Amino acid sequence: MPVYNFKKMAPVPSASDFVDIVLTRTQRKTPTVVHPGYKITRIRSFYMRKIKFTQQTISDRLTAMLADFPRLSDIHPFYSDLCNTLYDRDHYKLALGQINTAKQLVDAVARDMIRMVKYGDSLYRCKCLKRAALGRMCTILKRQKASLSYLEEVRKHMSRLPALDPNTRTLLMCGLPNVGKSSFMNKITRANVDVQPYAFTTKSLFVGHTDYKYLRWQVIDTPGILDHSLEQRNTIEMQAITALAHLTCSVLYFMDISEQCGYTIEQQCNLFRSIQPLFANKQLVVVINKIDAQPWETLEADRKKLIEDLLEESGPNTTMLKMSNVSEEGVSQVKNEACEKLLAARVDSRVSGNKVDSVMNRLQVVYPTARDGVTRDAFIPESVKKEKELGAKKPKKSRKGYAPTVDDSDDEADDTPPESDDEMIGDDGVSTRKKTARELMWENGGPGVWAPDYREQYDLADPEWRFDAIPQILDGKNIADYVDPDIDDRLRLLEEEEDQLAAEYDAANMQRMDDDDSLDEMEKAQVSEIRDRVKIARAHKERPGGRNRPALPREIRGRVKDMHDSDAKLKASAIEKRMDKYGVDTGAMLERGRKRERDDPREIRRRKRDAEMEDAAPATNEDEEMEDGRGKSKGAIKRARKEREQSVKRASSQARSHSRPREPSQMGLKDDDMAKVAKKVEKQGQFRWHGGAGEGDHTKAVHLVKWMNTGKKRNGTHYCR
Amino acid sequence: MRIEKCYFCSSPCYPGHGIMFVRNDSKTFRFCRSKCHRNFNKKRNPRKVAWTKAYRKTRGKELAVDSTFEFEKRRNRPTKYDRNLMGKTIMAMQRVQSIKEAREGRFHANRMKDAKAEKVKVARVEIEKHAEVLAPAVARREEVMQNVLDSARARIATRRVTKERAVARGSQNMEE
Repeated sequence: MPVYNFKKMAPVPSASDFVDIVLTRTQRKTPTVVHPGYKITRIRSFYMRKIKFTQQTISDRLTAMLADFPRLSDIHPFYSDLCNTLYDRDHYKLALGQINTAKQLVDAVARDMIRMVKYGDSLYRCKCLKRAALGRMCTILKRQKASLSYLEEVRKHMSRLPALDPNTRTLLMCGLPNVGKSSFMNKITRANVDVQPYAFTTKSLFVGHTDYKYLRWQVIDTPGILDHSLEQRNTIEMQAITALAHLTCSVLYFMDISEQCGYTIEQQCNLFRSIQPLFANKQLVVVINKIDAQPWETLEADRKKLIEDLLEESGPNTTMLKMSNVSEEGVSQVKNEACEKLLAARVDSRVSGNKVDSVMNRLQVVYPTARDGVTRDAFIPESVKKEKELGAKKPKKSRKGYAPTVDDSDDEADDTPPESDDEMIGDDGVSTRKKTARELMWENGGPGVWAPDYREQYDLADPEWRFDAIPQILDGKNIADYVDPDIDDRLRLLEEEEDQLAAEYDAANMQRMDDDDSLDEMEKAQVSEIRDRVKIARAHKERPGGRNRPALPREIRGRVKDMHDSDAKLKASAIEKRMDKYGVDTGAMLERGRKRERDDPREIRRRKRDAEMEDAAPATNEDEEMEDGRGKSKGAIKRARKEREQSVKRASSQARSHSRPREPSQMGLKDDDMAKVAKKVEKQGQFRWHGGAGEGDHTKAVHLVKWMNTGKKRNGTHYCR
Repeated sequence: MRIEKCYFCSSPCYPGHGIMFVRNDSKTFRFCRSKCHRNFNKKRNPRKVAWTKAYRKTRGKELAVDSTFEFEKRRNRPTKYDRNLMGKTIMAMQRVQSIKEAREGRFHANRMKDAKAEKVKVARVEIEKHAEVLAPAVARREEVMQNVLDSARARIATRRVTKERAVARGSQNMEE
């Protein structure tokens, strides 16, 4: 079965475009460089190739075009007739014929000119011949301007024709303009045909699809037909006639009994009669439309009679149905009836053909026979039967939606009375109905608040256990892992084993207790001390080395009088203690130190002085107090005494040479006070800002110097940057 | 709800704790804390990491094979709840736990029995070897040694006293 799809036809270029295409193609696809110095055979073949190529291109494209356009004698008669009405068969054939002729002419021109180039004796002559050849070919093409443009128009129109399959199940609507064909189409398909309240809204065929009995049905909407002779019909009407004439389908003849379309019923009947020959061998349904505006029952009797007569005339194969597109009354009946009729007819035609016999031989229908006389009905429990009986008594519930609501009065009305019914029945002793989950839900706060307690449905050995709080975890262990029906036996075995093991262990342990050997207190102390010392020694070893003060020899260190340097105070007791810790015998060491101190000349002098002072001091003190004590304050006395002591000290001390020069920094200064002031001033002068690079950094950093930070910043235009 | 076992350290993972990793072959790994998760991500083998239960068991530092372990088993067969059985199970769990603890204690004592003698031996060797550390070979050796040991003994005594005091304080807190 050929599929009629004219959408894939290639566009037809206009004559001037065609020439351009051909010539540029020749230019692009053939060599372009040739010189007069070449051999003449080479020059000739260069130009012959050009001519040949051009001819080839033209004839290829024309052949493709001829192949694209369908030949009217080959396609389905419906399409062939449709093309005739739309494009005029003669014109179409003529255009294609002219294209064919042009092709042959181009071939002939090329052949002639190539023959002539073969005798060309110079490049110039060959070139002229080529130009002539191409020019003649282009002229031939240009003459086809009219047919090419006509074919392009035809192609455009054909590509927009509905993809209509002439052989499938089809419903076809026909009738006078404005009787409701397109509205019906929109009702039963998704075609979305334009519907307007004036005649000839539909100007061509429209195709939609609908489903019936899981089959796909093609629905064709035709333009309205007017009642006049075939010769007088225009193109629009002729399309409808073509469809009617050539398609095997179910025809729906629409009649408007309200006469809103502008045609009387009589006129509509006349049209029916005039196109009746086209209905032969087709399933015909006469659709009485617009019964919402003019019901069939209230139609005047004589008009009714007109239609009924019409039906009688048309024969038994015709059905009449009433419908309305506005109220959608009868729309689906019309569709179903039309489809049903066509389906029946198609089956009939198949069955009546001789093809069916071969299939019938292969068909076999088997009915199972009963194996015995026992009836095996479905088993229905007694309780269900009872419920059914109750249900039959009760009015059937009508559910509006899936989710019931409290305010749903119907449901309420239905929900409440059954309880009283049930109670009544309960009194009779027939059945007491349990509350349904839904009733419980509404009693206990509605959906989202109430949740069913599934524990009620637990099936346990003792129903009392159902609501137990089941423990899951004990001492960090899952109880479920320990649940075992024969736990008792296993535990007993374990305990027996445990007793045995414990006894064995105790026996072994008793033996071991005998040969106990441990450290005594002395040893413990030794071990502890040894370990501590070793640890400390190791830590000292691992400590980062290097120290941050000058290494003084021991003898100098011994003389330092700095009270804050703990290391410097090398007293005998301290030395002894520390050396003891290291386990070194200090006796000889200390003795040596003492001896050295005794023999030191400075120390000898000091001792002597102290002894003298002690002899002198008491006597003088008493004398002084006796002399000057009267009429003087305590402080003055003290000061006087101190001065005296100083003088005694000075007298007893060794006189210092006065020729010793002063310190260079104090040269030129009057006395110590002045020197002090000078030192302070110097210190202030030397105060440095912190944060320099080091002690050599004397930079006075001035931030934001104006001349360095204003003006242009490029390429040294400003001072010397 | 279950208490899961940490994949890495085998400690219990209580509901809402730790993290679970589901590999693309749908094997699941529970981790009790980020430490375990991190170690897993570093592709460490729990048997070779000293602080895990797996390590201790493979090295024989803990009870690894015992009949008490047979009681705790993951049973994938659901059983109906039975109040009597549940009671018995809970009692049994506690009994099994106490037995297990006793066995662990014995295991530990057994493991340590040679260690004690070994410790004494090592200590004596150390005293022999490091006598110089306590007091170098000098004239007053005996005296010095005595001084050192006296102070060491005093230190040990004070250490013990403070420890006992701390223990007593701890137990008091517990009682409160």
